[in-house]
Amino acid sequence: MMNIIVCAKQVVDVGEIKVNPSTNKPVLEGIPKKISDIDKNALEEAIRIKEKLGGKITVMTVGPPDAKEKIKELLAMGADEGVLIPRPQGADYHIVSKLLSKGIEKLGNVDLVLCGEASIDMFSGQVGPRIAGFLDWPQLTYSFKVEAEAGKVKAHRNMGDRMVVTEASCPAVLTVTKEINEPRLPSLMQILGSARKPIHEWTVSELGMDKEPARVLEKDLRGVKMERKNIVFKDDMDNAVEQLAEKLAKEGLLG
Amino acid sequence: MDFSLTPEQNMIRDMVREFALKEIRPIAADTDREGKFPWETIRKMGALGLMGMTVPSEYGGSKIDVLSYTLALEEIGKVCGSTGLTMEAHNSLGVGHIFERGSEEQRRKYLPRLLTGEGLAAWALTEPNAGSDAASLQTTAVLEGDEWVLNGSKQFITNGSIADIITVMAKTDKTKGAKGISAFIVPKGTPGLVYGGEEDKMGLRGSVTSQLAFQDCRVPKENMLDEPGMGFIGAMQILDRGRTAIGALAVGLAQGALEECLDYAKQRVQFGRPISKHQAIQWKLTDMATEIEAARLLVHRAAFLEDRGVPFSKEASMAKLYASEIAVKAAVEAVQVHGGYGFTKEYPVERLFRDVKLYTIGEGTSEVQRMVIAKHLGL
Repeated sequence: MMNIIVCAKQVVDVGEIKVNPSTNKPVLEGIPKKISDIDKNALEEAIRIKEKLGGKITVMTVGPPDAKEKIKELLAMGADEGVLIPRPQGADYHIVSKLLSKGIEKLGNVDLVLCGEASIDMFSGQVGPRIAGFLDWPQLTYSFKVEAEAGKVKAHRNMGDRMVVTEASCPAVLTVTKEINEPRLPSLMQILGSARKPIHEWTVSELGMDKEPARVLEKDLRGVKMERKNIVFKDDMDNAVEQLAEKLAKEGLLG
Repeated sequence: MDFSLTPEQNMIRDMVREFALKEIRPIAADTDREGKFPWETIRKMGALGLMGMTVPSEYGGSKIDVLSYTLALEEIGKVCGSTGLTMEAHNSLGVGHIFERGSEEQRRKYLPRLLTGEGLAAWALTEPNAGSDAASLQTTAVLEGDEWVLNGSKQFITNGSIADIITVMAKTDKTKGAKGISAFIVPKGTPGLVYGGEEDKMGLRGSVTSQLAFQDCRVPKENMLDEPGMGFIGAMQILDRGRTAIGALAVGLAQGALEECLDYAKQRVQFGRPISKHQAIQWKLTDMATEIEAARLLVHRAAFLEDRGVPFSKEASMAKLYASEIAVKAAVEAVQVHGGYGFTKEYPVERLFRDVKLYTIGEGTSEVQRMVIAKHLGL
């Protein structure tokens, strides 16, 4: 039996973001929201572990009240319960990770915490490792294959320049990559059944975090301007390929 | 008045949209070109509950509100008309009739296998000489001992030759006109049920449209659905519901056409700028988008009324009439926006152009919808 927590973040659908050309700031109003893609991979892996070993899956989110609707999607996929913790104004990675770690402690008897390797909006990859730090649990980051047994977990991890296999005893924190699995779609019955699964709302103060100051202040947010160079190589194929390769090398794009 | 969807309706639409994009869109062109029935897709749809949307869970279905059903049909219809029609004819007609008018025993006996995507249902009303004038059908059923003996032929039957179960309308009393028509459950493999071949259709080529013949086809007495003489009345009730569903498929196809155009018009450069910057193209796309929105609201309203349990027949006919006609217009304009490329099989709009026409014909032509609406206007 595994008591598993999956940390999930509600993000704006980054594919829909447009940058206001006069202010150069991203327009975030009216953009549809969704659960960060890789967090769904984390939940899928949790469901597979539960299918093998039994147990319970709790989804934990730090976010605004409307994140409740997105948590329901994860309950439909196969999580058993949800926990929503409000995100304090100006919260940084430190605050969010500490809130989650306090939530994990409050839930108690947790065997595994699964997170996406990073969220698709900020892509900092900090939350999983910070949670492990606060809890002083082993962390297995960038896992693309996970083998869980009672009391321990083995992860195949992509460290960029090498692959490593790491084993840890539970409790442990895992972060997973997008390659680990294909998240399942909920069936109609699971969607209808999700309304009956509980979503608990905890407050920042009951987690003892109402006086914790943020350490990083977001001062500005700007879009990155991307302009095409519109260079067309019109020579025959061999020459064109050569010229293209030369040009790319000059731009420092060929490593 | 609140036009927003519930969280569950949003989730259902998102789930079906994701499924359609991942599983159906990549094979839609081949399904059409090869006329290959997408069994694998249908089974996956069954696992998600999409083949049991009109039947409650106690029979193994996953009944949801009618509005959610139309949302699902729109998403499937957007990427593949053939799969959309297969799903609609199965849920609304074949399964719908057995559930709505069948006895408890018939529901328990026939429905479970049909709801998982393992088996399909078909519904046989139309005949070679009885289309819009369905009550003039000539197939007969005569009681001989403990069996009904069916004779006659049926045409344009969606899922006909591949269905596990066919609901067949036949005359049991020639003296009573429409009130002499009864409905029967005819399982696959019944002696005397003869498959007369498939229609070689202009569009929706990945759906199966069969001719069926009944030659002394004997079914047990208990295979009559509903009371004797209630077959036509039941069929009309089922068709009322089907109209909203066809409207939803048409909205989906039109939306698919619009999205193809939006992508293409932003890429295609003529006279030094994308054609999306030319007013001639913009106005086509704005009109298309506006008409789609209006059609969608008609479909949603008909579904909303049905969900509330109030009369919806007029609104369902209006939804089907308008949605199917603007969808034809959208598909024609989509080919025009694509120019010469739109006339080739390289782009999906030619498939939409061929597929869409059925929506102004099947389950009541536009002319029949106008007859229904005229009656509601007291004409």
